[in-house]
Amino acid sequence: MIINHPLLGPRDSSEFVYMGDASLIERPDPEAETAASDFVEYAYLRDNPASWLRELWFHEGGDRSWLVVTRNTVTHEISQVEMARDVARSKGRSK
Amino acid sequence: MHDLIAITALGGLEPRVDTVAGTILSENPGLALASVHARMGHEDACRAHLADLLDGQVPEVGRTVLRDPEAAFWTGPDQWMVGAPFDTHEDLAAELKARFGDTASVSEQTDAWACFDLRGPGMAAVIELLCPINIRQMQTGDAQRTSIHHLGCFVLRRDPSDWVRILGPRASATSLHHAVLSAMRSAL
Repeated sequence: MIINHPLLGPRDSSEFVYMGDASLIERPDPEAETAASDFVEYAYLRDNPASWLRELWFHEGGDRSWLVVTRNTVTHEISQVEMARDVARSKGRSK
Repeated sequence: MHDLIAITALGGLEPRVDTVAGTILSENPGLALASVHARMGHEDACRAHLADLLDGQVPEVGRTVLRDPEAAFWTGPDQWMVGAPFDTHEDLAAELKARFGDTASVSEQTDAWACFDLRGPGMAAVIELLCPINIRQMQTGDAQRTSIHHLGCFVLRRDPSDWVRILGPRASATSLHHAVLSAMRSAL
């Protein structure tokens, strides 16, 4: 499997480490009234679709950037690769 | 005052040099290093300071700026490694911090890395055996981080182009040296 790194171009997936569902970027507000249930959902509950999934990959054997990879879990086709920091900043995270 | 004896990354009093079929692997203890990472919101100011240091150039993605005495290569978004001769720039990190001020976080890296120079006609064959980067496509001035025997290493292609510099974790210097030397004996 080849991951097309947004900065470095196509790189072998053996250089990367899978770090889970990209929804981990969206950490709930700990001050919210529903924080307890929000964090249970955030920490433990994942969708497991047999189709497109947005995932976090860490370029451990490369430039150590975190990526958001949109991958089809059935075919392993990758449709989009973004820098995780760009995704996080576009959601107002990482201020 | 303590009376300490300086040793190289491989533990010797002199840098080690190995030659296999005309290709030379030499330990290079003469490099001072510091990393520079732009702080959020100060990216442009940090780049300006770096350009000021490097004759108006900033290493772009996967590239180096090779010059004397200070040189630099790209290590990640808004992040660079600056190197200079140890003899004249032992306090490189402090010098850079004074220059960059609050625009960047600067960390001393000199003692974190072991530096090996691999040079000669068999260089590409050895690198091909060691790591998944495409060394034959890399030009002089290209820099990649990759894994060599599970060690995260930087591979810099230098001038002349039969020369690469490998920076690997100093704590694993002997393992890295063993890996490169084994590959030389195998490939050449």
